[in-house]
Amino acid sequence: MVATLRFTLWLAVAVVAAAVLGWLFRAVLTRIAPANAARLLRSAPLSASFGMAVIVFYLLVAILAPTIAPFGEREVVGAQFMPASSEFLLGTDNLGRDMFSRLVFGVRNTVSIAFITTALAFAVGAVLGLLAATVSGWIDQLLSRVVDVLMAIPALIFQLLLLTIVGTSIINMILVIALIDSTRVFRLARAVAMNIVVMDYIEAAKLRGEGLWRLIIREIMPNAAAPLVAEFGLRFCFVFLSISALSFLGLGIQPPTADLGSMVRDNATLITFGEVTPLLPAGAIALLTVAVNFVVDWMLHRASGLKE
Amino acid sequence: MSDIWWMILRRLALGVLTLFVVTLLIFGAIQLLPGDPAQAILGQAATPETLAALRTELGLDLPAWQRYLNWISGVLHGDFGVSLANKRPISELIAGRLANTLFLALYAAVIAVPLSLALGILAALWRGSWFDRAINVLTLSSISFPEFFVAYILIFWLAQSGLFPSISNIPPGAPLAEKLYRTFLPALTLTLVVTAHMMRMTRAAIINLLASPYIEMARLKGMGPTRVIVHHALPNALAPIINVVALNLAYLITGVVVVEVVFVYPGLGQLMVDSVAKRDIPVVQAAALIFAAAYILLNLAADVLSTLSNPRLVNKR
Repeated sequence: MVATLRFTLWLAVAVVAAAVLGWLFRAVLTRIAPANAARLLRSAPLSASFGMAVIVFYLLVAILAPTIAPFGEREVVGAQFMPASSEFLLGTDNLGRDMFSRLVFGVRNTVSIAFITTALAFAVGAVLGLLAATVSGWIDQLLSRVVDVLMAIPALIFQLLLLTIVGTSIINMILVIALIDSTRVFRLARAVAMNIVVMDYIEAAKLRGEGLWRLIIREIMPNAAAPLVAEFGLRFCFVFLSISALSFLGLGIQPPTADLGSMVRDNATLITFGEVTPLLPAGAIALLTVAVNFVVDWMLHRASGLKE
Repeated sequence: MSDIWWMILRRLALGVLTLFVVTLLIFGAIQLLPGDPAQAILGQAATPETLAALRTELGLDLPAWQRYLNWISGVLHGDFGVSLANKRPISELIAGRLANTLFLALYAAVIAVPLSLALGILAALWRGSWFDRAINVLTLSSISFPEFFVAYILIFWLAQSGLFPSISNIPPGAPLAEKLYRTFLPALTLTLVVTAHMMRMTRAAIINLLASPYIEMARLKGMGPTRVIVHHALPNALAPIINVVALNLAYLITGVVVVEVVFVYPGLGQLMVDSVAKRDIPVVQAAALIFAAAYILLNLAADVLSTLSNPRLVNKR
């Protein structure tokens, strides 16, 4: 009962803090941003401004990791599972490495790997999707059927299958996740482009004698950009979660590289002793995905022109 | 009447075809491995003798199509081959674990489906209210949580105080009540993860319908909002809702993998993860096939049921 009360209290405190952070961030941004952007930002709901604040914070942590972290990524600095102290802000992990430094480097590694993977999945999926919609005919048929088959197997299961075959390493994981996620991007890019290809101005551009690539990049891409950018945010979340899940299962980013998913796994035993520290890396994953989702939610809402 | 049967038969045929292609893919993926799979499995430990022995064991001395036929006919007879790691027949390894996994997924589904439908309908009924907004933020957050985060929060919160066990090992022959008690935390984790999706989609499906003219008519007649939603909107929202439920049950299948690992639950997902680490290819193939088949089956069921729930689609020429 006491635990429940305390939990609810913490939840309330977190929600209020998030709202205040979002409000402050929006207030600061609207001051310093140029007039155009400021007007746009002022219309952002609190959840979206909170999301943006968190994303900026993660970017700063990722870029400044070596200056923020008091110890090295792989440095063993003390005994195992030492409690938090002024020297080790969050204590030490299962091998005696500083938890706080690991967390900072973990954010840097996981976020950058997730970003690379998403970009790769996006490059492949979006280009093929736009191509399929523009060219249509047998290329479209072929690509679409291949994607159908690849999507008939649940993503995590397929990732596990492919990782068994190619072996577990960071590069392999990036390629496997990018391959599987690019099928989802392909579907969306193709569906979006399908509606654009039938427009009159595309017809005009074709008659003007524009080549295929120019047609895709200059005519179709700009008009498909809004949903694709939103999809990029969502994809990033899924990729980030996939990487964390695989690393948590011990099949993704391999030690001694610091990473959020495997940190949870390595220190999970502490939870049964009532320590919160193993929840922090998991919470760091959750916080970033929630933040991106809030921003994407706002962008989709704006793009769809829905007014409730 | 015969139209419906034809439709179901066509869908079934399509499902079987998909399943066939998926078996080809699962089997073929291993053939794509550059070089010799036996060499890749043995790695440093490869001597000419062990290589030759492993090749015969894997049937690599046969042509690929013959190996596929052997494998698939074995699978159809319930024989998945032999595990590379401990030489035991895979069907023996899988049998008990598959039942455990299905039990867990079913347990989660029984809680999650009514809960999320009720929440979705309530949120649609009171849309724009504080209840709706709170639910919106909560579900959006829980969608973006990794499964293991939810699981560890529950462990920290409920298992710490000794209410529920944090490790869901089931002693053989345990009565149902004890099984339910011991698997409560993993089932709750899955429920939380899946409820968010289902509830959001239910809400969206109903709100979509509320804009249609016949709902406005019902409202203008002076009908209460509850009656409008339950009697008028819900029957027409059935098709998307059935789809959402089935898709999320399919999602349970993959969610189960991580959750089983967190709670050390002896299910198929954990076996698969262990086998990936050991690169025990036949076991991974078998597990992937079972998961994929369940996934395809659920999608097929969703397709057929949502078509049946719409009279326009059933009587289509």
